[in-house]
Amino acid sequence: MTDLMARLRAGYGAGPRHLIVVTAAIVLAGWVALRVAGEATAGRMLLWFLGAVIAHDLVLFPAYATADRVLRALVRPRAGNRVALLNHLRVPTLGAALLFVVYSPGILRLGETTHLAATGQDQRPYLVRWLLLSAALFLLSALTYALRALPRGRQSSGKRSERA
Amino acid sequence: MSTNRPGPSTGGTDAPAPDAEGYGAPRRFWRALDRHRPPGVDAADRSWRSPLRGPWLTAVYGSVLLVALPLVIVTGLLDYAAYGPRFDQAFPSDVGWLRLPTFDWPTRPSWLFRVTQGLHVTLGIVLIPVVLGKLWSVIPKLFNWPPARSLAQVLERVTLLLLVGGILFQIATGLLNIQYSYLFGFDFYTAHYFGAWIFTGAFVAHVVLKLPRLISALRSRPLGAELRTPRAETRPEPPDPDDLVAARPGPATVSRRGAVGLVGGGALLLAALTVGQSLDGPLRRTALLLPRGRQPGPGPNGFPVNRTIAAAGVRPEQTGPGWRLMLRGGGRTVTLDRPGLLAMAQHTAALPISCVEGWSTRQTWTGVRLRDLAALAGVADPAAARVSSLEQAGLFRTAVLAPNQVLDPDSLLALRVNGVDLSPDHGYPARVIVPALPGVHCTKWVAEIAFQGRADD
Repeated sequence: MTDLMARLRAGYGAGPRHLIVVTAAIVLAGWVALRVAGEATAGRMLLWFLGAVIAHDLVLFPAYATADRVLRALVRPRAGNRVALLNHLRVPTLGAALLFVVYSPGILRLGETTHLAATGQDQRPYLVRWLLLSAALFLLSALTYALRALPRGRQSSGKRSERA
Repeated sequence: MSTNRPGPSTGGTDAPAPDAEGYGAPRRFWRALDRHRPPGVDAADRSWRSPLRGPWLTAVYGSVLLVALPLVIVTGLLDYAAYGPRFDQAFPSDVGWLRLPTFDWPTRPSWLFRVTQGLHVTLGIVLIPVVLGKLWSVIPKLFNWPPARSLAQVLERVTLLLLVGGILFQIATGLLNIQYSYLFGFDFYTAHYFGAWIFTGAFVAHVVLKLPRLISALRSRPLGAELRTPRAETRPEPPDPDDLVAARPGPATVSRRGAVGLVGGGALLLAALTVGQSLDGPLRRTALLLPRGRQPGPGPNGFPVNRTIAAAGVRPEQTGPGWRLMLRGGGRTVTLDRPGLLAMAQHTAALPISCVEGWSTRQTWTGVRLRDLAALAGVADPAAARVSSLEQAGLFRTAVLAPNQVLDPDSLLALRVNGVDLSPDHGYPARVIVPALPGVHCTKWVAEIAFQGRADD
């Protein structure tokens, strides 16, 4: 028995529990895929499934990582800096971007007719609301930055950086 | 201390390296793959800068998902059960054994569906920043070379594709559905239901393989101490067997507390802008970016509509004085007009109407008890009731009610709401309202109710 296990580990690369759970997950997915394969729109579903991974891993992530590098190059955080301007730009930017990603169907007015049929209303207000919310995030961040940066002149240098 | 093990490992503590270098069979193939490094992989390896990436941060995000995602999965399955698979009216209808055991969806507590679907949608939205944070924390592994050192790692990578594709697919289709934007061009129910099973299988596998790693990572750095460490004192974690820690980390621009706070703050922001669609009163408006934060108008009928009369294609003359309600049961047919219904015993109940798209609202409905109508049709002990709308084309133009849903004392054919007649968009001349029943089965513009007796089975 132990010999069999050792051979499994050497050949397969992991123990029996690993083999069982990954096989189960793949078999389940395959069974579901077979079930869905009969649908006329199965190809589209597959496209969206793989497209979602590509959109996140190869578009969204590189985009925000690059944007952050550009931002860091522009706003160089100094070692002894008590308050990081960088983070006061990052946080509202990420907040606005998050809201955009989650609520983009309304903001970009994708689906006017179905929205109208369901609710009896159009999608017009969302863009302005998102812009106002984003502006509020930046304003709030700017205010806290000012409040944190202000007393610096009166304090002795070399204090602990950052607070809650 | 097995930190000298190269490359991604395959899972839990029960899976030691197959050999000293970590290659499975055939070893020559995996070793050759490892040695043939395509251009760019070394540059990519060096480009990971964040000193925050590491088992601890991944485990913190992972533990939130470990607790919360099962709730989303279970409430999603309960929503499917609430649609009544027994009457073939849950979509998709042919799911084999991929569902909860069949049971009659209860009518009590009346807020049951309000809570299950509200939790499913709200929690699903609130977890988006956690999912994005978790993916950020592990993304270097996507670009690791070699991509695998054994068959075990190949299969695990396949399950990771199912895991990541599954969660992103569920998030995308769910978000588009609740905002009525059907860009994807396939049936939402089919895609979201089967997508959920693919995700759930991969999620279970991932938890089984990674739970020991998650626990050891959480234990490696006490949470309280980590949350007190400021940015200036934030250091990378020691190199880990999963290669999450960057080979050449830069200085920290955010503390781990900051990274956890950022994701938590994003979740709170989404929660603040989403819960409003499940609340009544002035807080409803806080769902600023969602369709159900807005009220369609003032007055007693000014609460959200799920389908307008115009969209349903019901013409005004169909709902005028010529409208008749047909009751069928046991060979008998009874026809009633609206004054006739108003002359029957009226009952008033405050009941929520809740939609699978995540919004709900509690209103005060007045009308005739469904069980009184069943008795009038001569079926005092019904096995089911099929309610049909004047609507000709919609997916939900008919709905079947289970016996408990017909017999509940608060189950009504509502004629009035909040003291006035129903508005055309809310189903005038008459609509069904049943405690804890999904909104789409609370049929509007009712034309006929066919009660099926126990003997007719």
